[in-house]
Amino acid sequence: MATTTTADAPGFLTLLFSRRAVLVALIVFVIIVGLCALAPMIAPADPAKMSVRARLSPPGPDFLLGADAFGRDVASRLLFAGRVSLTIGLGVATLSSIIGIAIGLLAGFFRSLDAPLSRLVDAMMAFPDILLAIALVSILGGTILNVVIALSIVYAPRIARIVRASTLVIRELPFVEAAVALGSSTLTIMTTHVLRNILSPIIVQATFIFAYAMLAEAGLSFLGVGIDPATPSWGTMINEGRQYLDQAAFLIIFPGLAISVSVLALQLIGDGLRDALDPRLAKDL
Amino acid sequence: MPDPLLQIRNLTKRFPTARGMVHAVNDVSFDIPRGSITGLVGESGSGKTTLGRTLLRLIEPSSGQTIFDGQDLNALDAAGLRAARRRMQIIFQDPVASLNPRLRVGQIVAEGLKAHGIGTKRSRRDAAAALLDEVGLGADAMTRFPHEFSGGQRQRIGIARALALEPDFIVADESVSALDVSIQAQVLNLLLDLRARRNLTILFIAHDLSVVEYLCDQIVVMYLGKVVEQGPARPLYTAPAHPYTQALLSAIPLPDPARDTTRTILKGDIPSPLAPPSGCVFRTRCPLASDICADGIPPAVATGPGHLSYCKKIEETYAPA
Repeated sequence: MATTTTADAPGFLTLLFSRRAVLVALIVFVIIVGLCALAPMIAPADPAKMSVRARLSPPGPDFLLGADAFGRDVASRLLFAGRVSLTIGLGVATLSSIIGIAIGLLAGFFRSLDAPLSRLVDAMMAFPDILLAIALVSILGGTILNVVIALSIVYAPRIARIVRASTLVIRELPFVEAAVALGSSTLTIMTTHVLRNILSPIIVQATFIFAYAMLAEAGLSFLGVGIDPATPSWGTMINEGRQYLDQAAFLIIFPGLAISVSVLALQLIGDGLRDALDPRLAKDL
Repeated sequence: MPDPLLQIRNLTKRFPTARGMVHAVNDVSFDIPRGSITGLVGESGSGKTTLGRTLLRLIEPSSGQTIFDGQDLNALDAAGLRAARRRMQIIFQDPVASLNPRLRVGQIVAEGLKAHGIGTKRSRRDAAAALLDEVGLGADAMTRFPHEFSGGQRQRIGIARALALEPDFIVADESVSALDVSIQAQVLNLLLDLRARRNLTILFIAHDLSVVEYLCDQIVVMYLGKVVEQGPARPLYTAPAHPYTQALLSAIPLPDPARDTTRTILKGDIPSPLAPPSGCVFRTRCPLASDICADGIPPAVATGPGHLSYCKKIEETYAPA
């Protein structure tokens, strides 16, 4: 019987790292997070310290990755900016998952709530992402928390759709009926029986949202509607460097690389998670 | 019939669909005696599974009564229903989908106790271990996941879960039809064993009549949402009165190649429950059907003690022994 083969099926980590790219991506991402987390200790200079004489100096022994228009050390700013960008990415991935799970579970579980909640989700997904984010940040104001809230509202519908669709499938399974017959509460059924069985696709989607949110934050900052320019993020760094593109392209290249590499790594991790989690899910159900 | 645990009265379930009303269970009445095993048989689409679910109100009935130990279940509010369900449980057909793949077997079996706040975490664990032992699985099963077990073992887990609340009544919905024949026998013997030990009353839903004969005291035959014949197992098998029951019984394969079998082969499929035939629902496939079958639902005809058949042509089909 097929059921007995799963016991000696390869473990989750073996499956996840069976593609070398996923392992490399995870290592790269961990290094990026580690560097940014340790920024106050390893940054070569104060990211806010200005030096008029060092304006736009190219990468070299004094300034590892050069200096910006105010003579601030780009390498140090990159590390501190990463903290902001990664925090926003993580914050959005977390908050949008919470909102999306709540909406999706309610819509999938209670027939009467399905139509209104699904229409709300459809309406939000009809807006272009960045436009909705710009509108929300304009209303809320440009702080890190507000950017996280705005982007979470933008991305929550993606999670909500997945959760609703999966919930509709799971709630019809006999083990849910068994739970009803045993007298388990609706909350227990929603969490223990439904949510626990749909975590895999949520985790995968949250990884992608982490990446999208970092890109979106960069986009917002670049457009000047993100977090206020005094707080460095990779997006604001690109925005500031833009004016000196002809003289000091490195001002854009380094934060641009930081964003690209982080996002690419996250996408690869997300792909790997999806491939490693989905066949198992299909087999288990 | 003496002392029924469950009295089903005019139970009806209609599902509204885009193309009209589906009559899944249509005005069904019968009793289930305390401590008996009642077999509910019929082909796919006869409404037997819906009926089983409706008894526990996992599906809300459209009308009718289900009187369980003197109490009408269909009149209960949510809290009353939850309390009543402690005494009635269900065992499912699909041994894979009926167990949550993310929970350990110990948690699965103890779920009912936890839901009703019975005992402490420790006592619930001990109870689960004892139940697993009772259904023939070792206590080491507690910490394992459902996918580590075979189909028959999973079915035992499902039975242990149903027994945790010490119910009086269990609906076994095609509980062995997904298993190999040798495993079927083991699970059936387990059910017989548990019935004797715990004085259970069981409604055994099946489409396999040879299994039902082995297990049941009483048999109810359904066709297209209606009961066509009911009675004690032995007379119903030896002298089926309704032409549908006769056709069903003649379809049982006999493990004896020398024996001459004259089979009544039914033609066509079961009609759409969207538009059941007028009068007798079986008349479109009945070899004896004539004009009188089209008007008026056939009345119950007693063909023996506790043996009822719903057929207008009973004297043509039935020769009392």
